[in-house]
Amino acid sequence: MMQNHIISMRDFSRDEIDVILNRVKEFEPVARGKRSNLLSGKILATLFYEPSTRTRMSFETAMKRLGGEVIDLGSIETSSIIKGENLADTIRVIGNYADAIVLRHPREGAARMASEFSRVPIINAGDGAGHHPTQTMLDLYTIMRESSLSGLRIALVGDLKYGRTVHSLAYALSLYQADVTLVSPAQLKMPDVIKKDLKKKGAVVRETTSIEEIIGDVDVLYITRIQKERFPDPAEYQKVAGVYSVTKELLKKASENLIIMHPLPRVDEIDPAVDKTKFARYFEQSFYGVPVRMALLAMAMEAV
Amino acid sequence: MIEKEMRVRRIEHGTVIDHITAGQALNVLRILGVSGTTSAVVSVAMNVPSGVITSKDIVKVEDRELEEEEVDRISLIAPNATINIIRDFEVVEKYRVDLPERLDGVVKCSNPNCISNTNEPVISKFLVNKKPVELRCIYCDHVISEGIAEHLI
Repeated sequence: MMQNHIISMRDFSRDEIDVILNRVKEFEPVARGKRSNLLSGKILATLFYEPSTRTRMSFETAMKRLGGEVIDLGSIETSSIIKGENLADTIRVIGNYADAIVLRHPREGAARMASEFSRVPIINAGDGAGHHPTQTMLDLYTIMRESSLSGLRIALVGDLKYGRTVHSLAYALSLYQADVTLVSPAQLKMPDVIKKDLKKKGAVVRETTSIEEIIGDVDVLYITRIQKERFPDPAEYQKVAGVYSVTKELLKKASENLIIMHPLPRVDEIDPAVDKTKFARYFEQSFYGVPVRMALLAMAMEAV
Repeated sequence: MIEKEMRVRRIEHGTVIDHITAGQALNVLRILGVSGTTSAVVSVAMNVPSGVITSKDIVKVEDRELEEEEVDRISLIAPNATINIIRDFEVVEKYRVDLPERLDGVVKCSNPNCISNTNEPVISKFLVNKKPVELRCIYCDHVISEGIAEHLI
């Protein structure tokens, strides 16, 4: 039986991931508006200790379109957190109200700890620079739907040091023996610990600093925003801000079936002129967040 | 060996931890939770010449038979240590330390942003990889592979 908490991609085998991905398609019509009462009578609590718009909204959308209800923490300023309540207590209390909890927290490991104190499933929506498994699931689903997970050649571009989405995704891709090219400025290279792990799992891993070099040799270009808020030193951020940009010019060298993905929001990594090209898939990708989270919510609450 | 040649006298009951990496005896005591406030009689010998690892430390804890899981954590800093359980001056049990698969509350996670380094009511927990020795934090997945002794709680 599959576990109910969704904390880290590391907790899932490739078979378990495949089971989830294969279920997502049935939720696509619901995500587009078809009525469903699958989670009717269920309540989802969203606990966001860090700002988020799309992750929070896509969870809320997923829950509501499945007929469920959503409660939230309100603003941190008015809640008991400002009074100094620890996360463990908050989780124990909210766990008595809701059927599942979605948690985003600035500390790494927060979701894992929450799962030790919760009587209901915890869904990790990001723990500091740690994991963001529902984003990874939707990334995998996008690749499966718009390209292919078998024999995949993918480039991960941007902040590979602090970016939590790429760490989770890279790990998951290693389960599919993907050919992974890491493209980042020298300061933002993927940590050695993660690279070692990928190779151990069977992924082919290469590193470069230039998109031009590899654009013709990959099926998926996954580009991320260089996140200012993750830099301890603002001067370091200035050195690398805007270093990568995907333009129509660059795409002249792209392989025929290339797709471009981005977890969004973007700043200047992708020129808006690229949106209309056959390569762009980032808005589809963000749409898939809803059916993917539907499948995960249904799984967590044992409705499927 | 006759009594007068010994730096620390034989004990009647208790545990002798031998072949500790020289200089690590006090850390061994820390790991075992033996501090100035415990009532046990404890003898410590440091930098004793030894054939096996040129010099070594020895710790003797009287009237206390250390459990295997307690002593296993010693292998983090003294991988060659041997444990001798003594009853009536006789060694009744002797074994080498072996790293456990889980370490709870022994090592502090070196990721300052880890949830285990906050006021939350949890202790540190690590999964252990033995060769090479690597500790993976159960909470934040951070891996400690070097300078493990510096992170002892």
